[in-house]
Amino acid sequence: KSVKKGFDFTLMVAGESGLGKSTLVNSLFLTDLYKDRKLLNAEERIMQTVEITKHTVDIEEKGVKLKLTIVDTPGFGDAVNNTECWKSVADYIDQQFEQYFRDESGLNRKNIQDNRVHCCLYFISPFGHGLRPLDVEFMKALHEKVNIVPVLAKADTLTPSEVKKKKMKIREEIEQYGIKIYQFPDCDSDEDEDFKQQDSELKESIPFAVIGSNTVVEAKGKRVRGRLYPWGIVEVENSAHCDFVKLRNMLVRTHMQDLKDVTRETHYENYRAQCIQSMTRMVVKERNRNKLTRESGTDFPIPAMPRMADNETEKLIREKDEELRRMQEMLQRIQDQMHTQKEAY
Amino acid sequence: CLSNTDTCTRGGSTLLGYIGIDTIIEQMRKKTMKTGFDFNIMVVGNSGLGKSTLVNTLFKSQVSRRSAGWARDEKIPKTVEVKAVSHVLEEGGVKMKLTVIDTPGFGDQINNDNCWEPISKYINEQYEKFLKEEVNITRKKRIPDTRVHCCLYFISPTGHSLRQLDVEFMKRLSHSVNIIPVIAKADTMTIEERQEFKQRVRKELEMGGIEFYPQKEFDEDMEDKNDNDKIREAMPFAVVGSDKEYQVNGKRVLGRKTQWGIVEVENPNHCEFAQLRDFLIRSHLQDLKEVTHNIHYESYRAKRLNENGGLHPISCNDTQESNL
Repeated sequence: KSVKKGFDFTLMVAGESGLGKSTLVNSLFLTDLYKDRKLLNAEERIMQTVEITKHTVDIEEKGVKLKLTIVDTPGFGDAVNNTECWKSVADYIDQQFEQYFRDESGLNRKNIQDNRVHCCLYFISPFGHGLRPLDVEFMKALHEKVNIVPVLAKADTLTPSEVKKKKMKIREEIEQYGIKIYQFPDCDSDEDEDFKQQDSELKESIPFAVIGSNTVVEAKGKRVRGRLYPWGIVEVENSAHCDFVKLRNMLVRTHMQDLKDVTRETHYENYRAQCIQSMTRMVVKERNRNKLTRESGTDFPIPAMPRMADNETEKLIREKDEELRRMQEMLQRIQDQMHTQKEAY
Repeated sequence: CLSNTDTCTRGGSTLLGYIGIDTIIEQMRKKTMKTGFDFNIMVVGNSGLGKSTLVNTLFKSQVSRRSAGWARDEKIPKTVEVKAVSHVLEEGGVKMKLTVIDTPGFGDQINNDNCWEPISKYINEQYEKFLKEEVNITRKKRIPDTRVHCCLYFISPTGHSLRQLDVEFMKRLSHSVNIIPVIAKADTMTIEERQEFKQRVRKELEMGGIEFYPQKEFDEDMEDKNDNDKIREAMPFAVVGSDKEYQVNGKRVLGRKTQWGIVEVENPNHCEFAQLRDFLIRSHLQDLKEVTHNIHYESYRAKRLNENGGLHPISCNDTQESNL
């Protein structure tokens, strides 16, 4: 039945412009999502803030349907002053969580749309000496909201030894700054050796050194996706050239479900818990405030609220009460849910 | 047409014998070889764009800050620093004191507002130093020249267009120093991508009114203009740097060895390094110094002397004389 319904997956790509994000997305999913894109020049980009754009594409392979949503972040890191440029990205992710939260607590839950971001590919420039301050800030702002998979962009700029050195440096810095990137689940001990080998190779390859291409070139008699230089041809799908295949396999063939699970079980639950906490706090504060105004008969006679409050204020008070009641109802429903879940276990 | 008070020169008078005027070239050459000359080059751009490597490649020696013992992997400084390193290079009996001025931290922070200010300040400070010496009553025979003769600005090869920071920097500094923009790490782009990128960059430089070196307004004559037009058409040069040698077709060449081939730095089919080097060192080195002295320095000097009070020269006995 799930195969009939098809799967959905939301992938976010982030990083400064010119790192090959669009090209990589097109290469990964063999699409042409950015065909009509107009590149802005430096003057035009001065007024731009970080945007969030969505492209959806339906992919079908061997009878399995995938509704893929790509969320892009044009403008990220392009300004002279990029303070908090990740805010709109973080807000977007939270908004998807909030929408899901409301839908989930609502009455009609059969056809909830899951627009939550399941994975964020963060593009690290191959020109730096490891992570830049902006990279660190972005990842730290988002590592508890979304699965971050760091990629080393435009890896064909680098010699094999440079790739190795940079990967090591980036991994060191990720640990040093306490950035929690997406962790591949450990394989079960009863898996076969090949699988275990593949799995450990995958872990060792972070960040994935990727190359993308929108063009097909002729290499060794075959037509492949690649880049043609005067000194040689880079083949995107050649594992000796880059980690493109590893990334694609991980994303689409082996870890898609896990990415969705972790989003649901960890990131979304974090958001939900925080939300409930802050709602509870608000409700308690309101209750206490109400208590104060009613049980005033002790020391100081608190002046009673003027009964002739005008219609505006009355309306506001009524609306606030209404909202409070709604929140309390939602809380109650959630608590009931939690009880039934607990009993089920 | 000789009179008592005027002298005039008539062009093309026929010489009745060999005078020896042409030996002035040889005399200048001898002098230059004795005294040597200074050249100060500044490099500006985000970290990791290969600035140090390129300078080392240009001058075929370890002349950058990195080679002077500073660790490559040191942390990005919180503010832009300006660090100068000097080396004496000798070739064919000619000595050159080359000073490479690095600007670590430029463009690397999250907030890069005004990150060009320390650089602008440094450039003006060198003009000020020179001016103070010049204005002295007893001046040194040869005023030490620390003025920046050339600023190589490294453009990141995004393939899209210039970044805002690039435009801001070049707009502000092209009037106080000779800026030569280069496209760094050009081996990121295919030839086609490079051509398109260059076109876009050239258009943006034009739109921003950025006068990079060689500036059109300083072309002295038609010959200059023709030569410089050709160079301006080809700029910014897309370069690759390397200090490693590999064997290609029986020759040892400077290059980068990748999985799919060797990028040869001095091969004009691979990148434009050779063009940059010829332009910078073999044809325009002296001109860069002259434009710096006759144009940029002069405008700084004029501005300073027009300010209230002007400049007070200081003599050896430390007595202050009134202004000029």
